[in-house]
Amino acid sequence: AAAEECVGQVVLPGDVLLLPAHPDEDAERLRLSAGAAPRGRLLCGPGLRRCEAGLLVTKCGLLRHRQAGGGAAAAGGAYWVDSQQKRYVPVKGDHVIGIVTAKAGDLFKLDVGGSEQASLSYLAFEGATKRNRPNVQVGDLIYGQFLVANKDMEPEMVCIDSSGRSSGMGIIGQDGFLFKVSLGLIRKLLAPKCEIIQELSQLYPFELVLGMNGRIWVKAKTVQQTLIIVNILEACEYMTAEQRKQALAKLSGN
Amino acid sequence: FMQRGLDSQTKKQLEEEEKKIISEEHWYLDLPDLKEKESFIIEERSFMPCEDLLYGRMSFKGFNPEIEKLMVQMNSRCKEEEIEEDDKMEADVSDEEMARRYETLVGTIGKKFLRKRDQRVLRDEVEEDVNSNTIPSKKTKKKFLKPQD
Repeated sequence: AAAEECVGQVVLPGDVLLLPAHPDEDAERLRLSAGAAPRGRLLCGPGLRRCEAGLLVTKCGLLRHRQAGGGAAAAGGAYWVDSQQKRYVPVKGDHVIGIVTAKAGDLFKLDVGGSEQASLSYLAFEGATKRNRPNVQVGDLIYGQFLVANKDMEPEMVCIDSSGRSSGMGIIGQDGFLFKVSLGLIRKLLAPKCEIIQELSQLYPFELVLGMNGRIWVKAKTVQQTLIIVNILEACEYMTAEQRKQALAKLSGN
Repeated sequence: FMQRGLDSQTKKQLEEEEKKIISEEHWYLDLPDLKEKESFIIEERSFMPCEDLLYGRMSFKGFNPEIEKLMVQMNSRCKEEEIEEDDKMEADVSDEEMARRYETLVGTIGKKFLRKRDQRVLRDEVEEDVNSNTIPSKKTKKKFLKPQD
């Protein structure tokens, strides 16, 4: 079936999505700003693979499409499959929350919820040198991103970005509560305009860290407030917008 | 396979035979179409570029001010790429402002380290040249003159 027709519908693994023939690109190339790829470039996101005719679906879910242009990082349309799963597979560049399970000399082993433990070097923190080691203990929570993550190698994490700054990554502080949700909910919460987050932010001050591996860490002033936020976030997956608003109204009324 | 004293003809025959053998066994792709498409479709396993997700660390109502600053920084980074075209205009204005501020800064701090004679000369010159930032005379060192606003 044609790719454009299936947008918003359920697709199953094995379906082939046909792409339209590429339009004439010479005229468009002149209009491009420097550094951008040709207009016909298509981003084939998670759940899709390239094949001769078009795109081959590898996961079941809803097909999503994003239009080309808009000055976003990926010029050119993007197709991906919005699927639901609880098990995380490490992907390069994803920011995740890991739990330190072992300290092996210069290396920390982190549990990220994948099939293997990720490794983290002690030098991958901002301002870390051989003499100035970060104070990481077994059981600490770390927010970092994947440097290496493929099916052939052990995943590696770092708490530093390409320019050498930590930009919010590193050891997550004391207190707070860590819990696990499905990956689809995380993506919903991280969407640009998420109503759930906006509504929760009106309640009371709190801090939130969302890891792409399904783990969320919440910290608020009192234990009770923390638990309320945890319960709302967990229940959000199955509540409709109406039910959520009712629940929040009751809370803010209290 | 190279034998001594081989005639040029037999050499050529041998080479031709080799080529024939190679062309029969040589595997080649029968799909030129696939190669064209390769440059157009990029495979990608992460959701970040697809859905433009926000940064994972958030803080609300001033619980953690550093993270709130970070939120603003990170989320405006995504939008900065949209304003690429207007950057040139904005950059001009900010460059001028920067130059003006830098001039005044260097002047005021530079005066601190001047000897008394130079300070007096500088003051006289600044009173004479009201409107323009001209190069000072040979006696005084070359400095940025504070423009009279």
